[in-house]
Amino acid sequence: MAKLNLLLLLVLIVCALGLVTSQHESRKLFTELEREQERARALAVEFGQLQLESSTWGLHSRVEKIATGTLGMRAPDPRRVRMVQGKAEPRP
Amino acid sequence: MSAASVPMMVRLPAWRARLAVALLLAAFVVLAGRSVYLQSMHTGFLQEKGEARYSRVLEVPATRGRIVDRNGEALAISTPVKSVWAIPEDVNATPAQLKSLAALLSLDPRELARKFSEEEREFVYLKRQIPPEAAARVLELGIAGIHQQNEYRRYYPGGETMAHVIGFTGVDDAGQEGIELAQQAVLAGAAGSRRVIKDRLGRIVEDVESIRAAQDGRDLTLAIDSKIQNLAFGALKAAVDAHKAKAGAIVVLDVRTGEVLALANLPTYNPNNRARLTGAQLRNRVMTDTFEPGSTLKPFTVGLAIETGRITPQTVIQTGPGALTIANYTIHDAHAGGNAGGAMSAAQVIQKSSNVGAAKIALSMPREEMHDLFKRVGFGAAPRLGFPGEATGRVREAKTWRPVEQATMAYGHGISVSLIQLARAYTVFARDGELAPLSLVKTGVPAEGKRVFAPEVARALRDMLEAAVQPGGTAPRARIVGWRVAGKTGTAHKQENGGYAGHKYVSSFVGFAPVSDPRLVIAVMMDEPSAGQYYGGQVAAPVFSQVMQGALRLLGAPYDAPLAPIELPGEGDEAKENT
Repeated sequence: MAKLNLLLLLVLIVCALGLVTSQHESRKLFTELEREQERARALAVEFGQLQLESSTWGLHSRVEKIATGTLGMRAPDPRRVRMVQGKAEPRP
Repeated sequence: MSAASVPMMVRLPAWRARLAVALLLAAFVVLAGRSVYLQSMHTGFLQEKGEARYSRVLEVPATRGRIVDRNGEALAISTPVKSVWAIPEDVNATPAQLKSLAALLSLDPRELARKFSEEEREFVYLKRQIPPEAAARVLELGIAGIHQQNEYRRYYPGGETMAHVIGFTGVDDAGQEGIELAQQAVLAGAAGSRRVIKDRLGRIVEDVESIRAAQDGRDLTLAIDSKIQNLAFGALKAAVDAHKAKAGAIVVLDVRTGEVLALANLPTYNPNNRARLTGAQLRNRVMTDTFEPGSTLKPFTVGLAIETGRITPQTVIQTGPGALTIANYTIHDAHAGGNAGGAMSAAQVIQKSSNVGAAKIALSMPREEMHDLFKRVGFGAAPRLGFPGEATGRVREAKTWRPVEQATMAYGHGISVSLIQLARAYTVFARDGELAPLSLVKTGVPAEGKRVFAPEVARALRDMLEAAVQPGGTAPRARIVGWRVAGKTGTAHKQENGGYAGHKYVSSFVGFAPVSDPRLVIAVMMDEPSAGQYYGGQVAAPVFSQVMQGALRLLGAPYDAPLAPIELPGEGDEAKENT
């Protein structure tokens, strides 16, 4: 009887220690998760800023100015355009 | 000896021991009572106090949704910024610190000193919405009493080109104008909060509960095509400058889907920098302003007469001698009649824009039928785009129309419409008789229309409107190389103080292309062109052709006209009109 009790006590201690360890582990992992989520937020912000930047650089008025000014491009004369008949819609 | 070794037997009174026991017991009872009291009556309060030692409620920020155009290009994006504020009483800074603070915030040092001297105020904003990097440097100065808070600022890469469609938000991130206001419910996010456990170092170690989940605003895809928008804005701006117009507006509609592909107004403003905004800059003349459309309404009058079998396009109408008197009001034509003493076919009435012809056709119909038609093409009712302040325009009840009013309404006087209503009404001709519902948000699917005219009638009107842009019509300048176009000019005297103002006009042009399979409707309006020219065919039609040509090329629409260069008319070659 006493032996069984002793065994149970041992099991109890092991379980208790296990609980403490797993709690500690979970907290550590959680901190890490928080850090990653924070990073995701920061990246989302950066994504927005980059999108803004790309929109600003890609402004049609700017593209047009560079194309016609710096690169000397111009829209082709309609007589020099060949229309190709495709099956699909010309634009999605 | 014995007496000394025997402990002294002092006989203490028995009550003393009992008293001590009773006191001890009483103390225990008090303690037990107190603990029962705390446990049962104050549990919540105490647990809260205990948790407050390690648990924290954190705000979970939510961002406002982005607005993008139909191709996914960003038109409005929120990005985090900081606002710097201070408690003046707590601020204790050296002059050197103050100087660098003023420099960082680009404030006048005296202005800054004045803000700090307002001792009685507990809270004062030093500068709102500065970039996070600048805010970090302010923090590095380490001045007591200066704090920061997170805010969002909205940026509009499209700037003045898109201003009237998108609108803007206020400092509190709530929409104030345009789509930002109209779609506030969709775009706005709701900040959430959650309870967490923090350890000694301030790290979050456990998520206890989510009190309210943060809800980010949803992204919105507009029908606007920023390439066409840019094209439309550029052409409009050039024309407004060239003709010294007070204002101008343009709207481009997709015929099949009813989507608004471009919408521009002048004067405009930069939504990223809204200092010194005036009402004129904010006005959205496409949506919220109405004007007397003038001759652009003639096709509806003629269309109704054809639909009801009263005339055919070939019916001859006497318009000579270029004037018609009803009661004591005389209707004039600007040009010298048609051929042979002013006999014109109905088609020529449209082509030459004859007021007399349109009036005569109108007077052959009951006023209720005309009123009903105006209602059916969407005049006198908001176009229901979900845009703030959409104008309904004005169509008076049929029973109040006098004959002279019915006659003038035939050519667009005595009725007021907004530019978008006018553009939408023209989808009737472009869509074989169906009125398209409009959308500012991308739908991408053909829209179900509402039938107004029979398909044959709409096609007949299309041919007449095509003749109006041919040499001999009112708007040969609307033609483009490669595609057949059709449309109608309008040149209306402006109403002022109840009468018509001498030399103030609203010039307009509404048209569509390609005629063989219409894709786009474009409506252009110029308010008070004052550089000499004012006919719709001279002022508004060139804007139409420029935008139409560019937009059809962008859409890759197949050519339906020979690719010969167009000879533009010389001065005086065009048919004149005075409505």
